Amino acid sequence: MEVKVLKDILSANNQIAEQNRRLLASKKIMAVNLMSSPGAGKTTLILRTVEALKEKARIGVIEGDVSSSIDAGKLSQAGITAIQINTGGGCHLDASMVNSALANLPLDEIDILFIENVGNLICPGGFDLGEHLKVVILSTPEGDDKPHKYPLLFTTADALVVNKTDLLAHVNFDLDGFRRTFKGINQKAALFTVSGVTGEGIREWGAWVMEKLGEVRSAK
Amino acid sequence: MHEMAVTMSMLDLVLKEAAKAGARRVVAVNVVLGEMTGVVDRCVQTNFELMSRDTPAEGAVLSFRNVPKQARCRKCEHVFQPADICWACPKCQSVELEIIAGNELYVESIEVE
Repeated sequence: MEVKVLKDILSANNQIAEQNRRLLASKKIMAVNLMSSPGAGKTTLILRTVEALKEKARIGVIEGDVSSSIDAGKLSQAGITAIQINTGGGCHLDASMVNSALANLPLDEIDILFIENVGNLICPGGFDLGEHLKVVILSTPEGDDKPHKYPLLFTTADALVVNKTDLLAHVNFDLDGFRRTFKGINQKAALFTVSGVTGEGIREWGAWVMEKLGEVRSAK
Repeated sequence: MHEMAVTMSMLDLVLKEAAKAGARRVVAVNVVLGEMTGVVDRCVQTNFELMSRDTPAEGAVLSFRNVPKQARCRKCEHVFQPADICWACPKCQSVELEIIAGNELYVESIEVE
């Protein structure tokens, strides 16, 4: 006997993601899922963003890594509320991992929650965490051809941050050409160019994050 | 590597649907995989064989329908499969595209008895 199913394979994950979304909404928190290759600058971008927004918003962080608590340590040292998830080999975060982390965070003291996914341009793309925004970070040394190699992440991002612009003179990255092709395949995404080292572009990025926080809060 | 998580979810879904239908055994599973999900059917196959042991889905035959990525040109409406490196419309060379297929990841149907 044939049984029609027509259900998303990750529907169980999506249901938990919905629970996360409801919990975050009840606490008026905006969650941002940060995705990139390893070493593209996710943690540095978070540190810079906290610095830029410290008078405006309280920021919490969920750090996803295969192993170690190096990143959560860096953030805690800077006085940021951070919790580390070790996936123990898993190449992405899923909604239930985030659900457990949320239970251990002081949610009443957080306005913006950055969820730093495991460094990977493939696997995190399919797993809804209950976030409001998907942000992809691409660093210039990785090359400008990444959107075509990893289209799922780049076509579904709400924003793209091109990091390490301070290295543009030394690497093969055509920023204008990249802008055109990326905008071609993702019209809705905002595009920022920043340097975690010099701080260039962080103000514009921070302003966008605050604008989105306003939108998320007024949508309730 | 996310095939492990994908296969585990798929097996849960298949077993739930089979139980709902009052089935004793799952004979076949028809899966639709979009190219952009990066899910590799051979890995899902191997994982499924291991994970389904001692469940009603043990021995089920998996069939995959692989959906290539497809784009529609926003200038001239031409629908095409983007080439590896260059994603410009082959008709009008525009790079303003809308991705219309390739994100699929679902179980279409199962065969049970």
